[in-house]
Amino acid sequence: MIPTDIGEHEYFHKVVDCQWACPAHTPVPEYIRLIAAGRYSDAYMINWQSNVFPGILGRVCDRPCEPACRRGRLDKEPVAICRLKRVAADLKDDIQDRLPVAPLKRNGRRIACVGAGPASLTVARDLAVLGYQITVFDNGVSPGGMMRSQIPKFRLPDSVIDEECGYIVNLGVETRYNQWVDSLAQLLTEGWDAIFVGTGAPRGRDADVPGRNEAAAHIHIGIDWLANVAFGHTTRISPRVIVLGGGNTAMDCCRSALRMGGEDVKVVVRSGFEEMKASPWEKEDAMHEGIPIINMRVPKEFVHHSGKLVGVLFEIVRAEYDEKGRRSLVPTGEPDILMECDEVLVAIGQENAFPWIEKDIGLEFDKWGLPVLNNMTLQSTLPKVFFGGDSALGPKNIITAVAQGHQAAISIDLFCSGKSLLERPPPMTNLVSQKMGIHEWSYDNQVSEEERKKVPVKSLEKTLKDIKLELEMGFDPYMACSEAERCLNCDIETVFTAKTCIECDSCVDICPTECITFTHNGEEDDLRGRLKAPAKDLEQALYVSDTLKTGRVMVKDENICLHCGMCAERCPTGAWDMQKFLLLAAVAGTEVRRT
Amino acid sequence: MTYFAKPRLLRPDTPRNSLGYTRRDYEGAISTLCAGCGHDSISAAVVQACFDLEIEPHRVAKLSGIGCSSKTPDYFLGNSHGFNTTHGRMPSVLTGAALANRDLLYLGVSGDGDSASIGIGQFAHAMRRGVNMTYIVENNGVYGLTKGQFSATADKGSKSKRGVVNNDTPIDLVALALQLGASYVARSFSGDKEQLIPLIKGAMRHRGPAFIDVISPCVTFNNHAGSTKSYDYVREHNEAVNRLDVILPRDKINASYPPGSLRRVVQHDGSILNLRKLDQDYDPSDRIGAMNHLQERQALGEIVTGLLFVDSSAEELHRHLNTVEKPLNQLGDAYLCPGSKALEALNASLRRS
Repeated sequence: MIPTDIGEHEYFHKVVDCQWACPAHTPVPEYIRLIAAGRYSDAYMINWQSNVFPGILGRVCDRPCEPACRRGRLDKEPVAICRLKRVAADLKDDIQDRLPVAPLKRNGRRIACVGAGPASLTVARDLAVLGYQITVFDNGVSPGGMMRSQIPKFRLPDSVIDEECGYIVNLGVETRYNQWVDSLAQLLTEGWDAIFVGTGAPRGRDADVPGRNEAAAHIHIGIDWLANVAFGHTTRISPRVIVLGGGNTAMDCCRSALRMGGEDVKVVVRSGFEEMKASPWEKEDAMHEGIPIINMRVPKEFVHHSGKLVGVLFEIVRAEYDEKGRRSLVPTGEPDILMECDEVLVAIGQENAFPWIEKDIGLEFDKWGLPVLNNMTLQSTLPKVFFGGDSALGPKNIITAVAQGHQAAISIDLFCSGKSLLERPPPMTNLVSQKMGIHEWSYDNQVSEEERKKVPVKSLEKTLKDIKLELEMGFDPYMACSEAERCLNCDIETVFTAKTCIECDSCVDICPTECITFTHNGEEDDLRGRLKAPAKDLEQALYVSDTLKTGRVMVKDENICLHCGMCAERCPTGAWDMQKFLLLAAVAGTEVRRT
Repeated sequence: MTYFAKPRLLRPDTPRNSLGYTRRDYEGAISTLCAGCGHDSISAAVVQACFDLEIEPHRVAKLSGIGCSSKTPDYFLGNSHGFNTTHGRMPSVLTGAALANRDLLYLGVSGDGDSASIGIGQFAHAMRRGVNMTYIVENNGVYGLTKGQFSATADKGSKSKRGVVNNDTPIDLVALALQLGASYVARSFSGDKEQLIPLIKGAMRHRGPAFIDVISPCVTFNNHAGSTKSYDYVREHNEAVNRLDVILPRDKINASYPPGSLRRVVQHDGSILNLRKLDQDYDPSDRIGAMNHLQERQALGEIVTGLLFVDSSAEELHRHLNTVEKPLNQLGDAYLCPGSKALEALNASLRRS
């Protein structure tokens, strides 16, 4: 293999698994160290810069970082990254004076953001501080979009949404609430320099089975029902409830139903338990509240007596896989079962809908009804119109919407400056030695052997009675510190300098996970098998040095490195060093590198 | 330098031997030697050898004297028996222990100061008596603990770190071991574990005195230009006569070698030493030939390494002394004090009738 190019920032970025997995590339280990040090406000600001809504995401993020966490590969469970983020938000001081302010003199550009969800607000924040005049349109009475209308208050209280959306609105962003934009053509005539569409995926998929229309009064679309609950339009549900669907919305529905008067609430899912779309922790939360999840049942009919719902008839199926691994659900032949209930919540998916965008104004849609976009710039076929969030590339999650908001803001800034949208500004990166003394590092390199902390929750007795009472209490400072110490500091990189190595083997001997090998070079497949601990995870890179004096190379398997720094401590010549890699993703206004 | 223990986190596919132990289970406390010390590599080689041989840790007794090298038994086999003796006295204490309990595997760890200066008499007698042990000398040519004075194995003409030239003739412990009757004699280099690990494994499965001289650079006091025991010097002048593979009775032999390139030695316990020849004319069963070869090559400035001599039919101390098979602590009162009738019978058998 050719020597690894560590000058290329992608290499070390990928070693920081959590940051790599985060769509907004939040520097996770950096803020976790600050939490361990009790510097909650600093930790909050790092988050705020990257992901805009730390308090919200610290409660409800889909956390792609946690399945990626290195500790998950070496220990039983990953670091509770998401809930540590909440700690920063909960325990911070007043950070008002740390927030940027919009320049007094605007740059004269006017941007319209349609929708006040996470994507739009991210665009608004990134551009407002550059001097853009931002106007946000939303049909609701307050900002937050789906974060406010879909997520039950016992998971995400309004106060958190108000605070974090407020930071953005206070940047001089003009808001037009209660205003439903019903024509893009009209908006285009209003002279905006650019228009950002962040209208989400507002349409819930319906269950098209017999009896749906006749029993319609007892059957509700999940996301619409959740919105009605959120805004207080719906306050009760019948005792016996069936929730159809296996995603996170289904989990929110069943847990809300339990708090709205539901006594016998069940979730019934077509697929198996493992294949359900809901995140494992959301399933756990539902089961913690005593809600059964019943799998491998396909709804066949809403059974009713002249419009009064009796129950749902299910066909029992099993999964079969063809030679390509594609799944099909085949009936087992067992008799169908009728599950009795009074009301049904249908949470089987969301779809995009753009009834307000005229079909003849040059904005093209693909066959799935999504706008045709450049995936990097998020620019539509109308150069002035940009998309982000669920409305851009289909329903995902908040953190993806934020990441797309950042990209759209960069595009809009480049567009308004008359620059090429394809030349993206680079991230800010830095690599600095952490050596403080003979065996002293500026990070805590002792690897914690603590188990993952569980977030304390209020008693179900209380929380099931009050839908607005937040269930989780968040970590206290002691638990937060202990959990933060579980972080392996993957951003403290092992940097190897071949020309100072004397090949004494000290690093090989000390490495607790045997991830370092000195051997003769070869092709990657061959090398992976020859290492002291064979490198089986092909997703994880090998760090290969220049050729050493004996003609061998140093090969390190990044997969299992604990970043404990023992190799660097045992190295007599400083050929190994622990250096902190910091990457801050580019935001609008970052200069494009001149080549 | 690291003052905290290695983290206990293991990668999920960590190999375990048939006893269920991982390599980490054969480690000891964290080393307090200088970063880069060759001795730590030797400790790691001992760990690997014991893991590969699937040795139960409680079956090993590790003994050492005084010095950097003699500190190392603290850094491996943390679950084995250990005895840190006085300076140079490891061989006699080990001999006593071996006589009392022949069921244990004896591993003596010493240095060039401990074995070639203060303990040279002890070394010589352990070899000539045929004590069943593995004797490892971690040889760096200097007294590291006292700031790097030349030791008795430092080569004539080699330079100390501050530029002093050594005028004394070096003691060659390998030559002495050969002459004094060791039945397994090897030399290796701490920076070449591929060579060192099989040599330790072969020694631990050998019956009789097995001696390994391991050149182990002192990074702090003897790893400069002008030293003959530095990483660079040893790598440049290393002439291996053979490469060893130790094949245990349970192993399947799947490697094949061209005829004439391999020498097989079957040890008393059924383990096989497969020696791949690197020097076609070298015969490791010829004690006198080995001594001559060593002297010739040494005169040319080469460092001869590999398994230099092995006699798999040699006998050891217990056989010479015709001692009882059971460990003394298991014999029991009735056996040790058979009573007055037995004494009378013995006396009677000695009287002239």
